[in-house]
Amino acid sequence: MSFRERLQSWRYNLVPDHLVGEILTKRWTDNAIPFLALVATLATFGSVIPGFFKLTSLQESTRQLGEFSMVVTGMTVVMLGGGIDLSVGSIFALSCFSAVYVFFILEQSIWLALAASLATGLVFGAINGYLVGYLRLRAFLTTLVTFIFGRALFDILVTTYAADVQLSTATSDVLDFIGDSTFWGLSVSVWLAIILAIVTHIALTRSRPGWHVLAVGGSRRSAHNAGIRVRRTVFMTYVFSGFCASIGGFLIACRLSGAGPGTGLNLEIMALTAAVVGGVSLGGGRGSVVKGLMGAIIVLTMTNGLIRLGYGTGTNQMVLGIMLAVAVTIDIRWLKNRHKVLNEVYVAPVYLRMGATQSAAPGSGTPYELDNRLSEADHIGLGELEGPEDVILDRDDNLYCGTRHGEIIRFFAPDYVRSEVFAHIGGFPLGLAFDKSGNLISCVGAMGLYSVSPDREVKRLSAETSRSWTSIVDDARMRDPNDCDVAPDGRIYFTDSTKRYDAHDWALDSIENRATGRLLVYDPKDGSTKTLLDGYRYTNGVCMAHDGKSLFFAESWACRVHRYWLEGPKADTAECVIRDMPGYPDNINRASDGNYWMAWLGMRTPSFDLSLRHPDMRKRMTRRLPQDEWLFPNINTGGVVKFNEKGGIVEAMGDLTGGAHPMVTSMREHKGYLFVGGILNNRIGRYKISGADPNWTSPASYWGAAS
Amino acid sequence: MSAIGWPNFRSLNQEGIVFAIAVVLFVAAAFGLPGFIDPNNLVAIVRSVSVLGILALGMAVVIIGRGIDLSAVAIMAMSVAWYLQLLNSGTPDGLAFAYVLAGVLAIGLLNGFLVAYADVPAIFVTLATGSFVFGYVRSQLITQDAVPVPQGHWVELLGGLRFLDIPVEVFVFAGLAFLIFLFLRYTKWGRYIYFAGDNPVAARNIGIPVRPMLVLRYVLSAFVAFIAGLLTAASLHSINTRVVNSTLLYDIVLVAVIGGIGLSGGRGGVRNVLVGAALIGILLNAMTIIDIPLLYQNLIKAAILLGAIIVDGIINPRDEQTAQQGDI
Repeated sequence: MSFRERLQSWRYNLVPDHLVGEILTKRWTDNAIPFLALVATLATFGSVIPGFFKLTSLQESTRQLGEFSMVVTGMTVVMLGGGIDLSVGSIFALSCFSAVYVFFILEQSIWLALAASLATGLVFGAINGYLVGYLRLRAFLTTLVTFIFGRALFDILVTTYAADVQLSTATSDVLDFIGDSTFWGLSVSVWLAIILAIVTHIALTRSRPGWHVLAVGGSRRSAHNAGIRVRRTVFMTYVFSGFCASIGGFLIACRLSGAGPGTGLNLEIMALTAAVVGGVSLGGGRGSVVKGLMGAIIVLTMTNGLIRLGYGTGTNQMVLGIMLAVAVTIDIRWLKNRHKVLNEVYVAPVYLRMGATQSAAPGSGTPYELDNRLSEADHIGLGELEGPEDVILDRDDNLYCGTRHGEIIRFFAPDYVRSEVFAHIGGFPLGLAFDKSGNLISCVGAMGLYSVSPDREVKRLSAETSRSWTSIVDDARMRDPNDCDVAPDGRIYFTDSTKRYDAHDWALDSIENRATGRLLVYDPKDGSTKTLLDGYRYTNGVCMAHDGKSLFFAESWACRVHRYWLEGPKADTAECVIRDMPGYPDNINRASDGNYWMAWLGMRTPSFDLSLRHPDMRKRMTRRLPQDEWLFPNINTGGVVKFNEKGGIVEAMGDLTGGAHPMVTSMREHKGYLFVGGILNNRIGRYKISGADPNWTSPASYWGAAS
Repeated sequence: MSAIGWPNFRSLNQEGIVFAIAVVLFVAAAFGLPGFIDPNNLVAIVRSVSVLGILALGMAVVIIGRGIDLSAVAIMAMSVAWYLQLLNSGTPDGLAFAYVLAGVLAIGLLNGFLVAYADVPAIFVTLATGSFVFGYVRSQLITQDAVPVPQGHWVELLGGLRFLDIPVEVFVFAGLAFLIFLFLRYTKWGRYIYFAGDNPVAARNIGIPVRPMLVLRYVLSAFVAFIAGLLTAASLHSINTRVVNSTLLYDIVLVAVIGGIGLSGGRGGVRNVLVGAALIGILLNAMTIIDIPLLYQNLIKAAILLGAIIVDGIINPRDEQTAQQGDI
């Protein structure tokens, strides 16, 4: 191995590039940026301002945070529903004034003051909601106008009644408690804010009205077409926002025992900035209460911090402006480009040097030598089928295969002309096997392991296995269940070819060549699924050995066949029995003479083998070239290979004309004939095997003669 | 549309209604309010709406192109405040002017770039830059809320200029209105603004440089705001930066929207601004003569703006099937 190749293998096999793409598929990456911003803000101001983290200092700043975060929670809900509420500052101020008026001037009880506060907020929110929700006005301008309106009203009221409030002698213990006391170290406003946040979070994520809000924000038109009452939902978000702002206003009335011209000033831009900085998306549908709270802490820490550091008038606006512009831009760009970045970085090829192989060319004299015998096969269902990946025959000689349309088709013996849809599954059925009681077991691409009873009842057996601790993506879910076989004790052994790609992206998996294929076992006794082996390059066909004590499975992109022992001295271990084949192996099935049939889905080419030694080149290829021009495994020629128990190659046959069976993904021997399927083919082939046992059938070989 | 001044009731539109209301108000005020019809008062009305009208012209161009510029007032006040501050601290006039002009154009470019190339909604971009401009200039570049015009400076002289007893800003307003009218109506680029505002995607598909033109509009709006700021300083002999926190910005939007320039873009023109400015000018003047306190005037203006937006929403309705996602 040259030094260059050694470097390449270190670079691409030891550096886990694929993790970047896997992390980006996680939804929590949306939270990562605001969270880092939060940590950075707290760290910066905590270190610059002496005594920032002292208890008394924290209590004072969190009191303000309680009120502010309530307003932000309301704003978050409105934004999740696809709107915006700029009038929160006015609602906050007016609610504060209502409480002050009822308590200090009318000298009523504090509870009546609270009721007045809430009523103010709800009415104001309902006006916004009516205008934006029912009249369909533009949220931004409408709430801007109601904001001016409310502010003008508040200014008039405050100038009129300021003196009266000053002269009032009303006091209340409850008011002092709410305004000044702490409860287990935290002020009342913080407790209320936490409760409100929790309730809102649960309502948004676990309740029907909350889901409606998210649906309307995510796509207003779809929500409308799905029958959600969009207008009412939007209306309710504004009412909720008014409610939140009014509680905040009540709390500040208690804390300051009055209302001044500065109450709620600039609150709308602060709340908006907080929500956007926290990562609540403009236009709705994406975001959460927690994000809003993170944003609230960032914004309040920054603005208060700057004041405490002694910066002058206008600094707040400057900082808010910068934060808003940066956060909105990041939000929009991130939303637009996330999937592009993901596509760019997801494919992370590794280095592999394939071993030298024997030729399969006709006349080369090797056991792999291909010929034209498969082109002589009769065809079944020509033009009616699309994608019979696997074929199987039952005891009554009927023929079954899966199709691209998500169905299992049955062809009736003896001439296989008449057919019917045996069962509709919904995903692409790949591997097929019969168990002892005649249920048809199938690996369904991207869905899992399914069973179809003789009376056509479809049942899901398994869709996930245990999750591995070190994996970033959730590898419990099966992405590409490929082939299965049933052991004498009824356990179903099956393969999941890759953890990184869905079934239809198999070409990307071959280009990346990362070893993530698994061998799994499903136990019908307790319904559990376990991972037996992991880390193979596209595990594919599975076949029980004739004695039922071991199984063979194919590793496609490495061109190898392995034997996994179920019992005996080597139980639970795998050994490689065939290596460095010239073709990519697919399904494996039993042959009548005690050997095994193996399908080749394609043939190795020197060019692709070479490209496997150049992961950098493959990476550039997937980024810069259109998919049509990618180099990937040759699937224009395949074949069928027979091998014996020890892994020795007995014979090979193919269709070098490419007319009938260029690519073979499965074959099944039945009463002297070989039935041949291909995932990209439009027919099933039936080939008469010379010298084969005319009475041998697979169900009898597995489960004994019919009783 | 065709017969302004001769209302055609069969095809009544917002512009016609507003014009009729303005006329009715004018007549009512002329008979009901003492001193309203006095020539000096009429000049005062026109003068009072000149600055507002100039700002509304810039806003109108942006709104026709389906945008909005909430940073206009901040640019207007802060650019001039910085300019005067530079002059007061002894910077040569030419250099100071160059600095400020560069700053104004930079903010316009930033607005336009973020809207056009980063696809950020105009409303947020300009809200953010407006806040930033005010905060930055107030905290870093000037020392007080109000900055006076230096003695004998040309801005002061500008404020004293009169032709036929009419102050100069009226002529500036008229001139700018005429220029923008010509630009919108008779130049290729002006027509493109309507196309881009009506259907940006289609405009882009037929080869109109939609994004560079978006940038141009925000630069234009910033520049117009700067002119308005200079005129304000000229007539008051100082600039008070507190105007940024006042309701002036909403008055501008009010003038544009109430005149009939649809917020969804592609509709309206200079004439709508003039009609809107006339109504607001008469209204404000009448309220001042009746002696309604400023706070109540704000309340009344907000109510009118709300009414205008509701009417706009009814005339240009949006529903679930046609509304664009994220269009707030």
